Amino acid sequence: MAAKEFDIPELPTYIEIPELNPGVMEGEGPFKSVAEFQNPLGFPGEKIENWKEVAIEKMGELKSKYRSVQVFLDSCVKCGACTDKCHYFLGSSDPKNMPVARQDLFRSVYRRHFTFAGKYFPKLVGAKELDDDMLDDWYNYFHQCSQCRRCSVFCPYGIDTAEISMAAREVLDAVGVGQKYCNQILGKALTVGNNLGLPEPALRDTLLDLEEEVEEDFGAPVKYPLDQKGAEILLITPSADFFAEPHIDGLIGYGKVFYQDGVSWTMSSYASEGANFGMFIGSYDIMRKAALRIRKAALDLEVSRVMVGECGHAWRVAYSFWNTLSGVGAGAQSSDEYASKLQNQLDHRYPQPQHIIEYTHDLIQRGKLNFDKSENDDRTVTFHDSCNVARATNMGGIQGGQFILPRDVIKAVCNNYVDMERSTIKESTFCCGGGGGLLTDDLMEIRVKGAMPRMQALKQVEKNEGVNTLAAICAICKSQFSKVLPKFDFDPYMIVSVHQLVSAAIILDKPQTEADDAEIAEEAETE
Amino acid sequence: MSTISIIFTALFYISLFIFIVGMGKKIYQFWITPAPLKIPTAPTQLTQTGVVFRMIREVTLFESLFKSNKWIWLFGFLFHFGLLLVLVRHLRYFIPGDLPEIFLLIQPFKYAAFAMVIGLVGLLVRRIFVERIRYISAPSDYLMLLMLIVIGVSGAIMTFTDNHTDVMAVKAFASGLVIFDWANLPTEIHFLVHLFLVFVLLAIFPISKLLHVPGVFFSPTRNQVDDARKKRHISPWALKQEQDHAVKLEQTIGKDD
Ligand code: SF4
Ligand code: SF4
Repeated sequence: MAAKEFDIPELPTYIEIPELNPGVMEGEGPFKSVAEFQNPLGFPGEKIENWKEVAIEKMGELKSKYRSVQVFLDSCVKCGACTDKCHYFLGSSDPKNMPVARQDLFRSVYRRHFTFAGKYFPKLVGAKELDDDMLDDWYNYFHQCSQCRRCSVFCPYGIDTAEISMAAREVLDAVGVGQKYCNQILGKALTVGNNLGLPEPALRDTLLDLEEEVEEDFGAPVKYPLDQKGAEILLITPSADFFAEPHIDGLIGYGKVFYQDGVSWTMSSYASEGANFGMFIGSYDIMRKAALRIRKAALDLEVSRVMVGECGHAWRVAYSFWNTLSGVGAGAQSSDEYASKLQNQLDHRYPQPQHIIEYTHDLIQRGKLNFDKSENDDRTVTFHDSCNVARATNMGGIQGGQFILPRDVIKAVCNNYVDMERSTIKESTFCCGGGGGLLTDDLMEIRVKGAMPRMQALKQVEKNEGVNTLAAICAICKSQFSKVLPKFDFDPYMIVSVHQLVSAAIILDKPQTEADDAEIAEEAETE
Repeated sequence: MSTISIIFTALFYISLFIFIVGMGKKIYQFWITPAPLKIPTAPTQLTQTGVVFRMIREVTLFESLFKSNKWIWLFGFLFHFGLLLVLVRHLRYFIPGDLPEIFLLIQPFKYAAFAMVIGLVGLLVRRIFVERIRYISAPSDYLMLLMLIVIGVSGAIMTFTDNHTDVMAVKAFASGLVIFDWANLPTEIHFLVHLFLVFVLLAIFPISKLLHVPGVFFSPTRNQVDDARKKRHISPWALKQEQDHAVKLEQTIGKDD
């Protein structure tokens, strides 16, 4: 199907709140999933007969399982403070992309079926029936939310549209109206172990090629180990890191840092994926299943540390949910057999799980890495805070560490760093436009429009400060930027991994000794 | 007792009953609904103390609202702060006998009613004239503001114009409600309207957006400590699921070849 023609937004000097343009983003939404992808996840293959009852029942279940859903549905006062906070609204001017209006698609049905006022005075309180049109609106507009949570920062009650959009998607899946992109990917992740469906041999080949390439380019025998039992660190990274540009340069960077530290590490062919799309479709169960693969890999490979590569929502799931979902973390009570099993194996001198940025940052602080910053002198770098990292996680255990650590790392390896405008970074960061399961070509229009506010801030620093490099620590951001940067007349190669900058500047001087190798082999054997 | 007094006395208890039972049920519902995952929003707090201070800033200063929109903040703050002062001033009617001295401190702030009404009018004007806010408004959103404005204005009329009510009679009536020693109430129309709408407000509290009052304290993005890596945070339904499936999952997953 040919993509719909649409205008690329102009980049203004200041972002103005657009006039409302009702219905401009109306449409069919992303490609629908089919039975082949739906059924393995336990969802009906197509829209079921009694979809309405099932949907209402599911809504009831969700509001009683999630305090967020219940409280957020009841507490909105329609103050409007969030209306101008969503990048999709700013870029598209469709009023249904205002966070509160998006929630209201769900809330109006909640009111109709679950509240006194909505049952008896529907018109008065804006309660609505769940009919075909409403369901279409759900499918369309809840797939125009990247679950970036920018709106939640600005709501006086912390109402998080992402939670509502996850709930809505869960209902949609339950009635058989699934989204192809997410559900197809989830199928691969849950059977093969990664979103790309790369089986073990392909992965091994890729990594061997990479080793050769790195040795050729940098003259050091940097290794990219797979399934190495007894290694200290298990690295879980988004699978885009294995092959796509610019992601792979980040992976090269991680390898060099590990090499320089002399630590033993491995990736797992069984759990080769960090990105957990279960979050996007709102399913606790599926998110847990994906997390269980990581738990199993950690147990099987007998690692003592679990580390996460550069991926935004992978880090959110890892940081905030892994401990709960599958025990990858710390602090389980000894009565908690399930979590203790893994936690007894992990080394709690380090945070579990740890972000690769935290690890590199720590090495830099301890003076274990040396850099030739001038290698990055052709670059003036700015950093894009990825939503899930910025608004939902922490790094380094210090307040705001998720903003400080990546910037520290960049500044340690580059001479020229500038930030974008304050209201567009850190907790107020603008989404790249492609998160939340929107990174699919059939959603290109909303992706481009939603990228506008980020591109606008970037344009300003390009103009005023000569920024020519945009660094990020999220696989989705990197892929999305590669696609949308040229649409706004930027160089598509200006997007880089933070560890690509590290990779360029790091001085490799610690040849891995044979003793080290022997040690790893020995450790593996004694287990 | 006059008929009207009997009706208003009854209305008071009915609306209070609805308020207490309704709010009790709602708060209980909020309370027992599990929060299975940690979802605090930045600026996340790493300690319980941090969370408490963040919540205090939210409910006293409307911190997040201040970040998002200065006009809504200004009007919202004027309204809520005015309302708070007005409410405290009203306690003198309900407390039988002399007022404890601490409340005397606030009695001079009778102008709070103006702050309240100005705030409300500001919010209403925004709702009518700002396109985006008009778009998200339902009839009840306007009605709620209008009702509060009428309450505020009718109260102010009694304080600031010659249409004073008999304050002693009001005190006898209101404190009578508290100690079940019922008395007649003054019957000026603006007083009756004032009182009636207050009762309506009490009664619709648990079924309207006024639920934001308890809601803010239960909001997981605001009230959770961001310590997910340090503590396992598992809700009862998730734990049950884990116990049912843990073993099975560990065996089955991975045996896909
Ligand atoms: S900021 Fe919060 S309370 Fe205000 S309209 Fe948006 S979601 Fe509702
Ligand atoms: S895309 Fe982000 S800002 Fe927009 S509604 Fe969704 S979570 Fe809120």
